[in-house]
Amino acid sequence: MAHIAIRGVRKSYGKTPVVHGVDLDLPSGTFAVILGPSGCGKSTLLRMIAGLEEITAGEIAIGGRAVNRLEPRERGCAMVFQNYALYPHMTVAQNMGYALKVAGVPKAERMAKVREVAKLVGLEDFLDRKPAALSGGQRQRVAMGRAIIREPQVFLFDEPLSNLDAKLRVQMRVEIRRLHRRLGATSVFVTHDQVEAMTLADVLIVMNKGVVEQIGRPAEIYNHPRTRFVGSFIGSPAMNFIEGRIFAPGLFGFDETKQIAIDPAYGGRFVERSAALGIRPEAVEIVPVDLPDALAATVDFVEELGAGRVVHTDIDGLSFAVATGGEAEFTPGQPIGLRLPPSQLHFFDPHTGLRLDAGLPAEPRLAVATAA
Amino acid sequence: MIERTPVLNALTHLILITGLVLVLLPFVIVLVAATKDLQGVNQVPMSLIPGRHLGENLAAAWDRADFGLKLVNSLVVAAGVTAGKIVLAALSAFSIVFFRYRARMLVFWLIFTTLMLPLEVRIVPTYAIAANALAPLQSVLDLTGLSDAVAWATDIQIHLEWNLLNSYTGLILPLIATATGTFLYRQFFLTVPDELLEASKMDGAGAMRFFVEILVPLSRTNMLALAAILFVYSWNQYLWPLLVTTDQSFSTAVMQLKRMIPTFQGGLPDWNVAMAATLIVMVPPLLVVALMQRWFVRGLIATEK
Repeated sequence: MAHIAIRGVRKSYGKTPVVHGVDLDLPSGTFAVILGPSGCGKSTLLRMIAGLEEITAGEIAIGGRAVNRLEPRERGCAMVFQNYALYPHMTVAQNMGYALKVAGVPKAERMAKVREVAKLVGLEDFLDRKPAALSGGQRQRVAMGRAIIREPQVFLFDEPLSNLDAKLRVQMRVEIRRLHRRLGATSVFVTHDQVEAMTLADVLIVMNKGVVEQIGRPAEIYNHPRTRFVGSFIGSPAMNFIEGRIFAPGLFGFDETKQIAIDPAYGGRFVERSAALGIRPEAVEIVPVDLPDALAATVDFVEELGAGRVVHTDIDGLSFAVATGGEAEFTPGQPIGLRLPPSQLHFFDPHTGLRLDAGLPAEPRLAVATAA
Repeated sequence: MIERTPVLNALTHLILITGLVLVLLPFVIVLVAATKDLQGVNQVPMSLIPGRHLGENLAAAWDRADFGLKLVNSLVVAAGVTAGKIVLAALSAFSIVFFRYRARMLVFWLIFTTLMLPLEVRIVPTYAIAANALAPLQSVLDLTGLSDAVAWATDIQIHLEWNLLNSYTGLILPLIATATGTFLYRQFFLTVPDELLEASKMDGAGAMRFFVEILVPLSRTNMLALAAILFVYSWNQYLWPLLVTTDQSFSTAVMQLKRMIPTFQGGLPDWNVAMAATLIVMVPPLLVVALMQRWFVRGLIATEK
């Protein structure tokens, strides 16, 4: 167990910067998930913690010890790779025991430890098999076992579930969470899958284009996205955005004619300011089209999800998704009314993408949540 | 693409069979000739019905060519070259593929150029070096004026000499240094996923440990294939052993074959014995190929890697 502190860390390949200064504090025992689209620098950041990439600038400290110049083996981290990276010529037992072998642990002790860990990850019956004779989920377990056996201070996961099928992914997700509760080591998990991120994280770190966009608890990030990117990246279907202007306190307009009521707190400095309004599809209400403050829209098409449906609508050429659990049928071309509850609206600066928040304290730069 | 064209099928089979006959016919002639007596082998044309003198021909060939010693010599040279080449190739490819250093590309191209300079091309300088392996060092000392300086200061004339002629070292070393093996290994190492290296780093293994415990076992199949090819290659070497050995006790089996061929300056035209000697010399490479083939077919079937 160890505290991870990342201070102003940058990484460039030659002249191309890929990570532009990241600051993070992960208290001991935290399960942190770094979420972002591909190419956002999340894996690079993880690999810098592991010691597989050099740090261009800044400092990474694990357990209060700066590790910039330490070899991977000296950092006390274990890593689970996306494609597992099992040694193909070794059996499951040899794969899991390799780190101990390198460390010079005597054979008997090593085998006892391997058996203990194999039991933990449910592989006792497969110890003599080679990786080629295992299923994807079993290989994943071997990779986890190989990481666990060293009793590391820090676990690093580099998109470990992305090669598994959907059902197995859910199952492994639960197991990783259970394992974390049992071992309590600080964990950093990189993924581009938001469901994985939301379900696993104590602390969620959203990255984009080499910078951290937001750090916080998953619910906090879902409910208060700090930037337009975070709003659009988290949540499925994606958040709807409407470009417009705050004309008067409590009044947002698409243009001169189409206006909706918003929280009157958006007055003062916000008036006469262009803004992007964001609202999650699940927060939009479908109302009769003739209701006074309803936005008129036409149904474009409907996506059936089983538990509910997503109605894609069209507001004067602007596509707008609405998630509904209701039973009502919709036919393409049908006019409907939409109501956007003022409490569910988010406003972002159209240029910087930063959240405009009336009457709320600014989001702390470093939100830190601790593990339960 | 599967085509059902009986005429084409028959034609391709015909071509294959013709090729096979062309390749095998010389071997058949060698085999048949080795079973004849002196008269039988000199009949024109020689009949292809085997005679009954194989045993005595083999015995005669064995005695006359002193194969007891020469086969051992050949075996030492072939095994030495094979082992040396594999070790050198694996290590040099390991360096080129897995390490980032300044002169990496330079080293790579230097090795590459040796592909264009096979032993036959550089045979004279190679012989000069084999005659005195320290000659390059000597000329460096001479050119830089160091040896003069030493001679002036201490009255000792530096004269370095390390003769490799008539030794196993001289037979083996110059044949080891070629680039083909390095390239084969390089190609293989490039297919090894980076994650394996990273996983071993995370497991705490250093570079050599990764090489010995992970890369070498993974490349076993390639190594055996390479070993089979190299063994046959070095077993069949003729020019270099001929140049570097004057002492009969270091000559190889293939060199002896040349001595077994009857000449026109008198002597018996005993081709039957020469052919029997050929048979003997052919056996070890055949065995190696047969044995190794089984291994690397097994390596290919196993789904690991």
